[in-house]
Amino acid sequence: MTSPQRFDLIVLGAGPAGGRAALTAAAAGLSVILIDEQSAAGGQVWRKPWAEPAPARADGREGEGLRAALDSSDVTLAYGRRVWSVTEGFRVDSLGPEGSMSCVADHLIVATGAHERVIPFPGWTMPGVMGLAAATVLLKAEGRLPGKRVVVAGRGPLMAQVAAGILAKGGRVVAVVDRMPLTGWLKALPALATQPPLLAQGAGWMGRVLASRTPWIFNHHVAEARGTERVGEVTVASASGDCHVLSCDALVIGDGLVPGSEVPRLLAARMRFDRLRGGWIPDLTADFETSVPQLFCVGDGAGIRGALQAGTSGELAALAVARKLGRKTEPDQGARLRGAFARASRFSDAVAAMLSGRTADVARIGPDTIVCRCEDVRRSEIDAATAEGMHDINQIKHVTRCGMGPCQGRMCGDTVQELVSLGSRRSREEVGAWTGRPPLRPVPLGELVGSFDYGDIPVPEPAPL
Amino acid sequence: MQDADISIEILLDGQPIRVGARGSVAGALLEAGVAWLRSSPRTHGPRGAFCFMGVCQECVILIDGRLQQACLVTPRAGMTIERGGAP
Repeated sequence: MTSPQRFDLIVLGAGPAGGRAALTAAAAGLSVILIDEQSAAGGQVWRKPWAEPAPARADGREGEGLRAALDSSDVTLAYGRRVWSVTEGFRVDSLGPEGSMSCVADHLIVATGAHERVIPFPGWTMPGVMGLAAATVLLKAEGRLPGKRVVVAGRGPLMAQVAAGILAKGGRVVAVVDRMPLTGWLKALPALATQPPLLAQGAGWMGRVLASRTPWIFNHHVAEARGTERVGEVTVASASGDCHVLSCDALVIGDGLVPGSEVPRLLAARMRFDRLRGGWIPDLTADFETSVPQLFCVGDGAGIRGALQAGTSGELAALAVARKLGRKTEPDQGARLRGAFARASRFSDAVAAMLSGRTADVARIGPDTIVCRCEDVRRSEIDAATAEGMHDINQIKHVTRCGMGPCQGRMCGDTVQELVSLGSRRSREEVGAWTGRPPLRPVPLGELVGSFDYGDIPVPEPAPL
Repeated sequence: MQDADISIEILLDGQPIRVGARGSVAGALLEAGVAWLRSSPRTHGPRGAFCFMGVCQECVILIDGRLQQACLVTPRAGMTIERGGAP
Protein backbone atom coordinates (compact mmCIF):
# COMPACT_ATOMS: atom_id res chain seq x y z
CA MET A 1 0.00 0.00 0.00
CA THR A 2 1.34 3.46 -0.93
CA SER A 3 1.87 6.09 1.77
CA PRO A 4 -0.83 8.73 2.16
CA GLN A 5 -0.64 11.97 0.17
CA ARG A 6 -0.23 15.07 2.36
CA PHE A 7 -2.16 18.33 1.88
CA ASP A 8 -2.67 21.52 3.90
CA LEU A 9 -6.42 20.96 3.75
CA ILE A 10 -8.85 18.18 2.87
CA VAL A 11 -12.39 19.22 1.89
CA LEU A 12 -15.13 16.56 1.95
CA GLY A 13 -18.05 17.32 -0.36
CA ALA A 14 -18.00 19.44 -3.54
CA GLY A 15 -21.35 21.22 -3.24
CA PRO A 16 -21.64 25.01 -2.84
CA ALA A 17 -20.05 24.92 0.66
CA GLY A 18 -17.15 22.54 -0.03
CA GLY A 19 -16.52 23.92 -3.52
CA ARG A 20 -16.25 27.53 -2.30
CA ALA A 21 -14.10 26.41 0.65
CA ALA A 22 -11.64 24.62 -1.65
CA LEU A 23 -11.44 27.60 -4.05
CA THR A 24 -10.90 30.11 -1.24
CA ALA A 25 -8.18 27.99 0.38
CA ALA A 26 -6.40 27.40 -2.94
CA ALA A 27 -6.52 31.13 -3.70
CA ALA A 28 -4.74 31.72 -0.38
CA GLY A 29 -1.97 29.39 -1.51
CA LEU A 30 -2.92 26.25 0.40
CA SER A 31 -2.58 22.77 -1.07
CA VAL A 32 -6.13 21.41 -1.15
CA ILE A 33 -7.81 18.15 -2.14
CA LEU A 34 -11.57 18.16 -2.73
CA ILE A 35 -13.27 14.75 -2.49
CA ASP A 36 -16.83 13.95 -3.62
CA GLU A 37 -18.84 10.82 -4.25
CA GLN A 38 -20.44 12.21 -7.42
CA SER A 39 -18.57 12.38 -10.72
CA ALA A 40 -18.69 16.20 -10.82
CA ALA A 41 -18.83 19.12 -8.41
CA GLY A 42 -22.07 20.94 -7.58
CA GLY A 43 -23.48 18.77 -4.81
CA GLN A 44 -27.17 17.97 -5.03
CA VAL A 45 -28.38 21.56 -5.39
CA TRP A 46 -26.09 22.49 -8.31
CA ARG A 47 -25.84 18.99 -9.75
CA LYS A 48 -24.31 18.71 -13.20
CA PRO A 49 -27.06 18.48 -15.82
CA TRP A 50 -26.89 15.52 -18.20
CA ALA A 51 -26.77 17.61 -21.38
CA GLU A 52 -25.07 20.81 -22.49
CA PRO A 53 -25.54 23.61 -23.62
CA ALA A 54 -25.55 25.72 -20.50
CA PRO A 55 -28.88 25.44 -18.73
CA ALA A 56 -31.12 28.47 -18.54
CA ARG A 57 -31.90 28.09 -14.85
CA ALA A 58 -29.99 30.11 -12.27
CA ASP A 59 -29.01 27.05 -10.20
CA GLY A 60 -27.62 25.48 -13.38
CA ARG A 61 -25.49 28.54 -14.15
CA GLU A 62 -24.15 28.72 -10.59
CA GLY A 63 -23.19 25.05 -10.80
CA GLU A 64 -21.39 25.60 -14.12
CA GLY A 65 -19.56 28.58 -12.58
CA LEU A 66 -18.37 26.50 -9.63
CA ARG A 67 -17.28 23.59 -11.84
CA ALA A 68 -15.38 25.90 -14.21
CA ALA A 69 -13.65 27.71 -11.33
CA LEU A 70 -12.59 24.41 -9.75
CA ASP A 71 -11.35 23.01 -13.08
CA SER A 72 -9.07 26.02 -13.58
CA SER A 73 -7.89 26.16 -9.95
CA ASP A 74 -4.96 24.45 -8.21
CA VAL A 75 -7.36 22.31 -6.17
CA THR A 76 -6.70 18.57 -6.50
CA LEU A 77 -10.09 17.22 -7.63
CA ALA A 78 -11.01 13.71 -6.48
CA TYR A 79 -14.50 13.02 -7.80
CA GLY A 80 -16.30 9.68 -7.92
CA ARG A 81 -14.63 8.68 -4.64
CA ARG A 82 -16.45 7.18 -1.70
CA VAL A 83 -15.02 8.20 1.69
CA TRP A 84 -15.27 5.29 4.10
CA SER A 85 -12.98 6.33 6.92
CA VAL A 86 -11.98 9.61 8.57
CA THR A 87 -9.66 9.45 11.58
CA GLU A 88 -7.91 11.95 13.85
CA GLY A 89 -4.96 13.71 12.49
CA PHE A 90 -6.71 13.92 9.86
CA ARG A 91 -6.53 10.88 7.62
CA VAL A 92 -9.21 10.27 4.97
CA ASP A 93 -9.53 6.92 3.20
CA SER A 94 -11.62 6.69 0.08
CA LEU A 95 -12.38 4.27 -2.69
CA GLY A 96 -12.76 5.27 -6.32
CA PRO A 97 -12.56 3.94 -9.85
CA GLU A 98 -8.75 3.67 -9.53
CA GLY A 99 -8.93 1.85 -6.20
CA SER A 100 -8.27 3.06 -2.69
CA MET A 101 -6.56 6.31 -1.75
CA SER A 102 -5.42 7.78 1.55
CA CYS A 103 -4.66 11.41 2.23
CA VAL A 104 -3.70 13.33 5.35
CA ALA A 105 -3.92 16.98 6.35
CA ASP A 106 -3.79 19.01 9.56
CA HIS A 107 -7.05 20.72 8.58
CA LEU A 108 -10.34 19.18 7.49
CA ILE A 109 -13.45 20.96 6.21
CA VAL A 110 -16.52 18.73 6.18
CA ALA A 111 -19.22 19.81 3.70
CA THR A 112 -21.19 16.61 3.34
CA GLY A 113 -24.62 18.22 2.88
CA ALA A 114 -27.96 16.82 3.90
CA HIS A 115 -30.17 13.87 3.19
CA GLU A 116 -33.90 13.80 2.95
CA ARG A 117 -36.32 13.07 5.76
CA VAL A 118 -39.30 10.97 4.67
CA ILE A 119 -41.72 10.22 7.49
CA PRO A 120 -42.81 6.60 7.06
CA PHE A 121 -46.34 5.55 5.98
CA PRO A 122 -47.64 2.17 4.78
CA GLY A 123 -46.28 1.52 1.29
CA TRP A 124 -43.37 4.00 1.39
CA THR A 125 -41.12 1.05 0.56
CA MET A 126 -42.98 0.38 -2.72
CA PRO A 127 -41.01 0.82 -6.00
CA GLY A 128 -42.06 4.10 -7.63
CA VAL A 129 -42.10 5.90 -4.27
CA MET A 130 -39.02 8.11 -3.98
CA GLY A 131 -37.69 11.23 -2.34
CA LEU A 132 -38.30 14.75 -3.60
CA ALA A 133 -34.54 15.19 -3.80
CA ALA A 134 -34.42 11.95 -5.82
CA ALA A 135 -36.88 13.47 -8.28
CA THR A 136 -34.69 16.57 -8.66
CA VAL A 137 -31.73 14.31 -9.47
CA LEU A 138 -33.81 12.51 -12.12
CA LEU A 139 -35.13 15.76 -13.61
CA LYS A 140 -31.95 17.83 -13.48
CA ALA A 141 -29.05 15.42 -13.76
CA GLU A 142 -30.68 12.73 -15.91
CA GLY A 143 -33.39 14.62 -17.81
CA ARG A 144 -35.95 11.99 -16.82
CA LEU A 145 -39.42 11.95 -15.30
CA PRO A 146 -40.03 9.97 -12.10
CA GLY A 147 -43.25 8.66 -13.70
CA LYS A 148 -46.02 9.57 -16.12
CA ARG A 149 -48.61 10.45 -13.47
CA VAL A 150 -46.87 11.73 -10.37
CA VAL A 151 -48.12 12.67 -6.91
CA VAL A 152 -45.79 15.22 -5.29
CA ALA A 153 -46.02 15.35 -1.49
CA GLY A 154 -44.37 16.54 1.71
CA ARG A 155 -43.37 20.03 2.74
CA GLY A 156 -41.37 23.03 1.56
CA PRO A 157 -40.33 24.77 -1.66
CA LEU A 158 -38.80 21.65 -3.20
CA MET A 159 -42.35 20.40 -3.91
CA ALA A 160 -42.98 23.42 -6.15
CA GLN A 161 -39.63 22.99 -7.90
CA VAL A 162 -40.21 19.28 -8.58
CA ALA A 163 -43.85 19.72 -9.68
CA ALA A 164 -42.84 22.53 -12.06
CA GLY A 165 -39.96 20.41 -13.37
CA ILE A 166 -42.27 17.47 -14.09
CA LEU A 167 -44.71 19.73 -15.96
CA ALA A 168 -41.88 21.36 -17.94
CA LYS A 169 -40.76 17.92 -19.14
CA GLY A 170 -44.28 17.02 -20.24
CA GLY A 171 -45.21 14.84 -17.28
CA ARG A 172 -48.48 15.01 -15.39
CA VAL A 173 -48.69 16.01 -11.74
CA VAL A 174 -51.77 14.36 -10.27
CA ALA A 175 -51.69 16.63 -7.21
CA VAL A 176 -49.35 18.37 -4.81
CA VAL A 177 -50.10 17.14 -1.28
CA ASP A 178 -48.77 19.73 1.15
CA ARG A 179 -48.47 19.02 4.87
CA MET A 180 -48.53 22.78 5.50
CA PRO A 181 -51.69 24.87 5.47
CA LEU A 182 -51.81 27.84 3.08
CA THR A 183 -51.30 30.11 6.10
CA GLY A 184 -47.89 28.49 6.67
CA TRP A 185 -46.72 29.82 3.28
CA LEU A 186 -48.29 33.24 3.86
CA LYS A 187 -46.55 33.58 7.23
CA ALA A 188 -43.18 32.81 5.61
CA LEU A 189 -43.68 35.36 2.79
CA PRO A 190 -42.14 38.44 4.48
CA ALA A 191 -38.97 36.49 5.30
CA LEU A 192 -38.83 34.95 1.80
CA ALA A 193 -39.25 38.44 0.30
CA THR A 194 -35.85 39.44 1.74
CA GLN A 195 -34.27 37.52 -1.20
CA PRO A 196 -36.28 38.78 -4.19
CA PRO A 197 -34.57 36.62 -6.88
CA LEU A 198 -35.18 33.43 -4.89
CA LEU A 199 -38.76 34.42 -4.06
CA ALA A 200 -39.36 35.12 -7.76
CA GLN A 201 -37.93 31.71 -8.65
CA GLY A 202 -40.22 30.00 -6.15
CA ALA A 203 -43.23 32.02 -7.26
CA GLY A 204 -42.42 31.01 -10.85
CA TRP A 205 -42.53 27.30 -9.95
CA MET A 206 -45.76 27.73 -8.03
CA GLY A 207 -47.33 29.79 -10.83
CA ARG A 208 -46.52 27.10 -13.36
CA VAL A 209 -48.11 24.43 -11.16
CA LEU A 210 -51.27 26.46 -10.50
CA ALA A 211 -51.55 27.49 -14.20
CA SER A 212 -51.61 23.79 -15.14
CA ARG A 213 -54.70 23.44 -12.91
CA THR A 214 -52.86 20.86 -10.82
CA PRO A 215 -54.66 20.57 -7.47
CA TRP A 216 -52.52 21.83 -4.56
CA ILE A 217 -54.00 20.11 -1.52
CA PHE A 218 -52.96 22.00 1.63
CA ASN A 219 -52.91 20.54 5.13
CA HIS A 220 -52.91 16.92 3.89
CA HIS A 221 -50.42 14.07 4.09
CA VAL A 222 -49.98 10.73 2.33
CA ALA A 223 -51.63 8.12 4.54
CA GLU A 224 -50.86 5.07 2.37
CA ALA A 225 -49.37 4.00 -0.97
CA ARG A 226 -50.55 0.79 -2.61
CA GLY A 227 -49.43 -1.34 -5.55
CA THR A 228 -47.99 -4.75 -6.34
CA GLU A 229 -44.57 -4.24 -7.91
CA ARG A 230 -44.98 -0.49 -8.34
CA VAL A 231 -47.09 2.16 -6.64
CA GLY A 232 -50.52 2.46 -8.33
CA GLU A 233 -52.50 4.66 -5.97
CA VAL A 234 -52.12 6.69 -2.82
CA THR A 235 -54.56 7.72 -0.11
CA VAL A 236 -54.14 11.25 1.16
CA ALA A 237 -55.71 12.43 4.40
CA SER A 238 -56.10 15.55 6.48
CA ALA A 239 -55.36 15.64 10.20
CA SER A 240 -59.10 15.40 10.85
CA GLY A 241 -59.27 12.19 8.78
CA ASP A 242 -61.02 13.02 5.49
CA CYS A 243 -59.44 11.01 2.68
CA HIS A 244 -58.99 11.08 -1.11
CA VAL A 245 -57.57 8.30 -3.30
CA LEU A 246 -55.27 9.40 -6.14
CA SER A 247 -54.20 7.12 -8.99
CA CYS A 248 -50.53 7.46 -10.02
CA ASP A 249 -47.43 5.59 -11.17
CA ALA A 250 -44.98 7.51 -8.98
CA LEU A 251 -45.03 9.27 -5.63
CA VAL A 252 -42.26 11.73 -4.84
CA ILE A 253 -42.23 12.78 -1.22
CA GLY A 254 -39.98 14.65 1.19
CA ASP A 255 -40.62 15.98 4.69
CA GLY A 256 -37.54 18.17 4.96
CA LEU A 257 -33.82 17.70 5.31
CA VAL A 258 -31.52 16.14 7.90
CA PRO A 259 -27.88 17.31 8.20
CA GLY A 260 -25.34 14.67 7.21
CA SER A 261 -23.22 15.11 10.34
CA GLU A 262 -21.64 11.63 10.53
CA VAL A 263 -18.05 12.84 10.21
CA PRO A 264 -17.98 15.28 13.16
CA ARG A 265 -19.80 12.64 15.24
CA LEU A 266 -17.24 10.02 14.24
CA LEU A 267 -14.43 12.38 15.30
CA ALA A 268 -16.19 12.99 18.65
CA ALA A 269 -16.89 16.68 18.08
CA ARG A 270 -19.37 18.14 20.57
CA MET A 271 -22.86 17.84 19.05
CA ARG A 272 -26.26 19.26 19.90
CA PHE A 273 -29.82 18.67 18.73
CA ASP A 274 -31.26 21.68 16.90
CA ARG A 275 -34.78 21.17 15.56
CA LEU A 276 -34.71 24.28 13.34
CA ARG A 277 -31.43 23.13 11.72
CA GLY A 278 -32.82 19.64 11.00
CA GLY A 279 -31.30 17.53 13.76
CA TRP A 280 -27.89 16.78 15.27
CA ILE A 281 -25.27 19.37 14.39
CA PRO A 282 -21.78 20.16 15.71
CA ASP A 283 -21.19 23.11 18.06
CA LEU A 284 -19.36 25.68 15.95
CA THR A 285 -17.31 28.83 16.43
CA ALA A 286 -17.96 31.93 14.28
CA ASP A 287 -15.37 30.43 11.87
CA PHE A 288 -17.31 27.13 11.68
CA GLU A 289 -14.67 25.25 13.67
CA THR A 290 -15.96 22.36 15.79
CA SER A 291 -14.85 21.48 19.34
CA VAL A 292 -12.15 19.32 17.67
CA PRO A 293 -9.40 21.80 16.75
CA GLN A 294 -8.82 22.23 13.00
CA LEU A 295 -12.02 20.32 12.15
CA PHE A 296 -14.56 22.59 10.39
CA CYS A 297 -18.14 21.88 9.32
CA VAL A 298 -19.91 24.01 6.70
CA GLY A 299 -23.04 24.00 4.55
CA ASP A 300 -26.17 21.99 5.24
CA GLY A 301 -24.16 19.23 6.97
CA ALA A 302 -23.54 21.74 9.79
CA GLY A 303 -27.26 22.58 10.01
CA ILE A 304 -29.87 23.21 7.32
CA ARG A 305 -29.45 26.75 5.95
CA GLY A 306 -29.62 26.28 2.19
CA ALA A 307 -27.25 27.06 -0.68
CA LEU A 308 -27.32 30.82 -0.05
CA GLN A 309 -25.41 30.53 3.23
CA ALA A 310 -23.56 27.31 2.37
CA GLY A 311 -21.02 28.94 0.05
CA THR A 312 -20.37 31.77 2.53
CA SER A 313 -19.81 29.34 5.40
CA GLY A 314 -17.31 27.42 3.26
CA GLU A 315 -15.38 30.58 2.41
CA LEU A 316 -15.29 31.70 6.06
CA ALA A 317 -13.93 28.32 7.19
CA ALA A 318 -11.28 28.32 4.45
CA LEU A 319 -10.16 31.83 5.44
CA ALA A 320 -9.80 30.66 9.04
CA VAL A 321 -7.63 27.73 7.91
CA ALA A 322 -5.50 30.09 5.80
CA ARG A 323 -4.99 32.39 8.81
CA LYS A 324 -4.04 29.43 11.04
CA LEU A 325 -1.37 28.53 8.48
CA GLY A 326 -0.06 32.10 8.51
CA ARG A 327 -1.26 33.03 5.02
CA LYS A 328 -2.21 36.61 4.26
CA THR A 329 -5.87 37.11 3.47
CA GLU A 330 -7.66 40.27 2.38
CA PRO A 331 -8.33 42.18 5.60
CA ASP A 332 -11.97 43.00 4.88
CA GLN A 333 -12.88 39.66 3.24
CA GLY A 334 -14.04 38.07 6.50
CA ALA A 335 -16.22 41.04 7.43
CA ARG A 336 -17.76 41.12 3.96
CA LEU A 337 -18.60 37.39 4.13
CA ARG A 338 -20.06 37.71 7.62
CA GLY A 339 -22.26 40.57 6.38
CA ALA A 340 -23.52 38.45 3.48
CA PHE A 341 -24.16 35.54 5.82
CA ALA A 342 -26.18 37.73 8.22
CA ARG A 343 -28.24 39.27 5.40
CA ALA A 344 -29.24 35.79 4.19
CA SER A 345 -30.29 34.62 7.66
CA ARG A 346 -33.94 35.64 7.57
CA PHE A 347 -34.60 33.82 4.30
CA SER A 348 -32.55 30.76 5.27
CA ASP A 349 -34.21 30.49 8.68
CA ALA A 350 -37.70 30.67 7.14
CA VAL A 351 -36.89 27.85 4.70
CA ALA A 352 -35.16 25.81 7.43
CA ALA A 353 -38.28 26.18 9.60
CA MET A 354 -40.44 24.76 6.79
CA LEU A 355 -38.05 21.82 6.40
CA SER A 356 -37.61 20.95 10.09
CA GLY A 357 -39.11 17.80 11.60
CA ARG A 358 -42.53 17.88 13.29
CA THR A 359 -43.24 15.58 16.24
CA ALA A 360 -46.96 15.39 15.31
CA ASP A 361 -46.09 13.90 11.89
CA VAL A 362 -44.06 11.13 13.55
CA ALA A 363 -46.70 10.49 16.23
CA ARG A 364 -49.18 9.67 13.43
CA ILE A 365 -47.14 6.69 12.12
CA GLY A 366 -49.17 3.46 12.49
CA PRO A 367 -47.85 0.49 14.54
CA ASP A 368 -47.48 -1.84 11.50
CA THR A 369 -45.63 0.71 9.36
CA ILE A 370 -42.05 -0.18 8.43
CA VAL A 371 -39.79 2.53 9.86
CA CYS A 372 -36.32 1.08 9.11
CA ARG A 373 -36.31 0.18 5.41
CA CYS A 374 -33.05 -1.77 5.48
CA GLU A 375 -34.07 -4.20 8.22
CA ASP A 376 -37.88 -4.00 7.81
CA VAL A 377 -38.42 -2.90 11.43
CA ARG A 378 -41.96 -1.76 12.26
CA ARG A 379 -42.99 1.01 14.63
CA SER A 380 -44.55 -1.52 17.04
CA GLU A 381 -41.14 -3.18 17.52
CA ILE A 382 -39.49 0.16 18.34
CA ASP A 383 -42.34 1.08 20.72
CA ALA A 384 -42.11 -2.33 22.44
CA ALA A 385 -38.37 -1.92 23.01
CA THR A 386 -38.92 1.61 24.35
CA ALA A 387 -41.68 0.36 26.67
CA GLU A 388 -39.28 -2.28 28.02
CA GLY A 389 -37.03 0.54 29.21
CA MET A 390 -34.61 1.05 26.35
CA HIS A 391 -34.41 4.82 26.14
CA ASP A 392 -31.04 5.27 24.48
CA ILE A 393 -31.01 5.18 20.71
CA ASN A 394 -28.05 2.77 20.61
CA GLN A 395 -29.86 0.28 22.88
CA ILE A 396 -32.79 0.43 20.47
CA LYS A 397 -30.39 -0.26 17.62
CA HIS A 398 -28.95 -3.34 19.34
CA VAL A 399 -32.35 -4.80 20.14
CA THR A 400 -34.38 -3.94 17.01
CA ARG A 401 -31.58 -3.75 14.36
CA CYS A 402 -32.90 -0.28 13.38
CA GLY A 403 -29.96 1.61 11.91
CA MET A 404 -27.82 -1.50 11.46
CA GLY A 405 -28.56 -1.94 7.77
CA PRO A 406 -26.58 -0.73 4.77
CA CYS A 407 -27.91 2.89 4.89
CA GLN A 408 -26.44 3.01 8.43
CA GLY A 409 -29.49 4.70 9.88
CA ARG A 410 -29.46 7.68 7.53
CA MET A 411 -32.99 7.09 6.25
CA CYS A 412 -34.72 6.23 9.56
CA GLY A 413 -32.47 7.82 12.21
CA ASP A 414 -34.42 11.02 12.75
CA THR A 415 -37.75 9.14 12.90
CA VAL A 416 -36.54 6.41 15.27
CA GLN A 417 -35.04 8.98 17.65
CA GLU A 418 -38.30 10.94 17.59
CA LEU A 419 -40.31 7.74 18.28
CA VAL A 420 -38.11 6.79 21.23
CA SER A 421 -38.36 10.36 22.54
CA LEU A 422 -42.18 10.16 22.29
CA GLY A 423 -42.37 6.69 23.88
CA SER A 424 -39.96 7.40 26.72
CA ARG A 425 -41.06 11.01 27.32
CA ARG A 426 -37.40 12.00 27.15
CA SER A 427 -35.85 14.79 25.15
CA ARG A 428 -34.09 14.15 21.85
CA GLU A 429 -30.83 15.08 23.60
CA GLU A 430 -31.39 12.31 26.18
CA VAL A 431 -32.32 9.78 23.50
CA GLY A 432 -29.13 10.67 21.61
CA ALA A 433 -27.83 9.80 18.17
CA TRP A 434 -26.36 6.63 16.66
CA THR A 435 -22.68 6.18 17.47
CA GLY A 436 -20.64 7.04 14.38
CA ARG A 437 -18.51 4.17 13.14
CA PRO A 438 -16.45 3.41 10.06
CA PRO A 439 -17.00 2.43 7.35
CA LEU A 440 -19.01 5.60 6.66
CA ARG A 441 -20.36 3.95 3.53
CA PRO A 442 -20.56 0.25 2.63
CA VAL A 443 -17.39 -0.75 0.73
CA PRO A 444 -16.39 -4.13 -0.71
CA LEU A 445 -13.78 -5.68 1.58
CA GLY A 446 -11.87 -7.09 -1.38
CA GLU A 447 -11.24 -3.62 -2.80
CA LEU A 448 -9.92 -2.33 0.50
CA VAL A 449 -7.53 -5.24 0.93
CA GLY A 450 -6.40 -5.01 -2.71
CA SER A 451 -4.78 -7.88 -4.56
CA PHE A 452 -1.88 -9.68 -2.93
CA ASP A 453 -0.05 -12.96 -3.09
CA TYR A 454 0.30 -15.05 0.06
CA GLY A 455 3.95 -15.57 -0.92
CA ASP A 456 4.53 -11.80 -0.58
CA ILE A 457 3.43 -11.68 3.05
CA PRO A 458 6.53 -11.48 5.24
CA VAL A 459 5.88 -14.39 7.59
CA PRO A 460 8.77 -14.83 10.05
CA GLU A 461 10.49 -18.19 10.31
CA PRO A 462 9.01 -20.27 13.12
CA ALA A 463 11.04 -20.21 16.33
CA PRO A 464 13.18 -23.35 16.81
CA LEU A 465 11.62 -25.85 19.19
CA MET B 1 -21.12 14.54 -22.68
CA GLN B 2 -23.74 13.28 -25.13
CA ASP B 3 -25.89 15.89 -26.87
CA ALA B 4 -28.67 13.51 -27.90
CA ASP B 5 -30.38 10.71 -26.08
CA ILE B 6 -28.72 7.51 -27.23
CA SER B 7 -30.37 4.19 -26.54
CA ILE B 8 -28.30 1.11 -25.79
CA GLU B 9 -29.00 -2.57 -25.25
CA ILE B 10 -28.34 -4.18 -21.89
CA LEU B 11 -29.16 -7.62 -20.46
CA LEU B 12 -31.73 -7.46 -17.67
CA ASP B 13 -32.14 -10.77 -15.87
CA GLY B 14 -30.89 -12.47 -19.04
CA GLN B 15 -33.28 -10.63 -21.38
CA PRO B 16 -32.13 -7.92 -23.79
CA ILE B 17 -33.76 -4.53 -23.17
CA ARG B 18 -33.13 -1.07 -24.64
CA VAL B 19 -32.56 1.82 -22.22
CA GLY B 20 -31.34 5.41 -22.42
CA ALA B 21 -27.56 5.71 -22.09
CA ARG B 22 -27.52 8.89 -19.99
CA GLY B 23 -27.61 9.26 -16.24
CA SER B 24 -27.73 6.23 -13.97
CA VAL B 25 -28.71 2.59 -14.37
CA ALA B 26 -31.50 3.15 -11.83
CA GLY B 27 -32.89 6.10 -13.82
CA ALA B 28 -32.57 4.29 -17.14
CA LEU B 29 -34.43 1.24 -15.82
CA LEU B 30 -37.19 3.38 -14.29
CA GLU B 31 -37.63 5.20 -17.61
CA ALA B 32 -37.94 1.79 -19.32
CA GLY B 33 -40.75 0.94 -16.87
CA VAL B 34 -38.62 -1.21 -14.56
CA ALA B 35 -39.22 -0.01 -10.98
CA TRP B 36 -38.77 -3.25 -9.02
CA LEU B 37 -35.10 -3.94 -8.30
CA ARG B 38 -34.97 -6.30 -5.34
CA SER B 39 -36.79 -7.84 -2.38
CA SER B 40 -36.09 -6.71 1.16
CA PRO B 41 -34.23 -9.29 3.26
CA ARG B 42 -36.69 -9.71 6.15
CA THR B 43 -40.23 -9.33 4.78
CA HIS B 44 -39.32 -9.87 1.09
CA GLY B 45 -41.21 -6.71 0.12
CA PRO B 46 -40.69 -5.14 -3.31
CA ARG B 47 -38.08 -2.36 -3.44
CA GLY B 48 -36.79 0.11 -5.99
CA ALA B 49 -34.45 3.10 -6.11
CA PHE B 50 -35.48 5.60 -3.42
CA CYS B 51 -32.93 8.40 -2.87
CA PHE B 52 -31.07 8.39 -6.23
CA MET B 53 -28.02 9.90 -4.55
CA GLY B 54 -26.13 7.02 -3.05
CA VAL B 55 -27.48 7.18 0.51
CA CYS B 56 -30.32 4.68 0.95
CA GLN B 57 -28.73 1.58 -0.64
CA GLU B 58 -32.15 0.37 -1.86
CA CYS B 59 -30.93 0.06 -5.48
CA VAL B 60 -28.00 -2.28 -4.75
CA ILE B 61 -28.16 -5.00 -7.46
CA LEU B 62 -25.70 -7.14 -9.41
CA ILE B 63 -24.26 -5.05 -12.24
CA ASP B 64 -21.70 -6.93 -14.33
CA GLY B 65 -21.51 -9.49 -11.56
CA ARG B 66 -20.76 -7.02 -8.74
CA LEU B 67 -23.18 -5.64 -6.16
CA GLN B 68 -23.37 -1.94 -6.97
CA GLN B 69 -25.72 0.99 -6.38
CA ALA B 70 -27.68 1.35 -9.61
CA CYS B 71 -28.05 5.11 -8.96
CA LEU B 72 -24.27 5.64 -9.04
CA VAL B 73 -23.44 3.55 -12.15
CA THR B 74 -23.70 4.84 -15.73
CA PRO B 75 -25.41 2.48 -18.21
CA ARG B 76 -23.13 0.89 -20.81
CA ALA B 77 -23.99 -1.22 -23.88
CA GLY B 78 -23.81 -4.94 -23.10
CA MET B 79 -24.01 -4.43 -19.34
CA THR B 80 -25.55 -7.38 -17.48
CA ILE B 81 -27.96 -6.61 -14.67
CA GLU B 82 -29.44 -9.16 -12.28
CA ARG B 83 -32.22 -7.88 -10.05
CA GLY B 84 -33.06 -9.34 -6.66
CA GLY B 85 -30.32 -7.85 -4.52
CA ALA B 86 -27.65 -9.52 -2.42
CA PRO B 87 -27.70 -13.31 -2.89
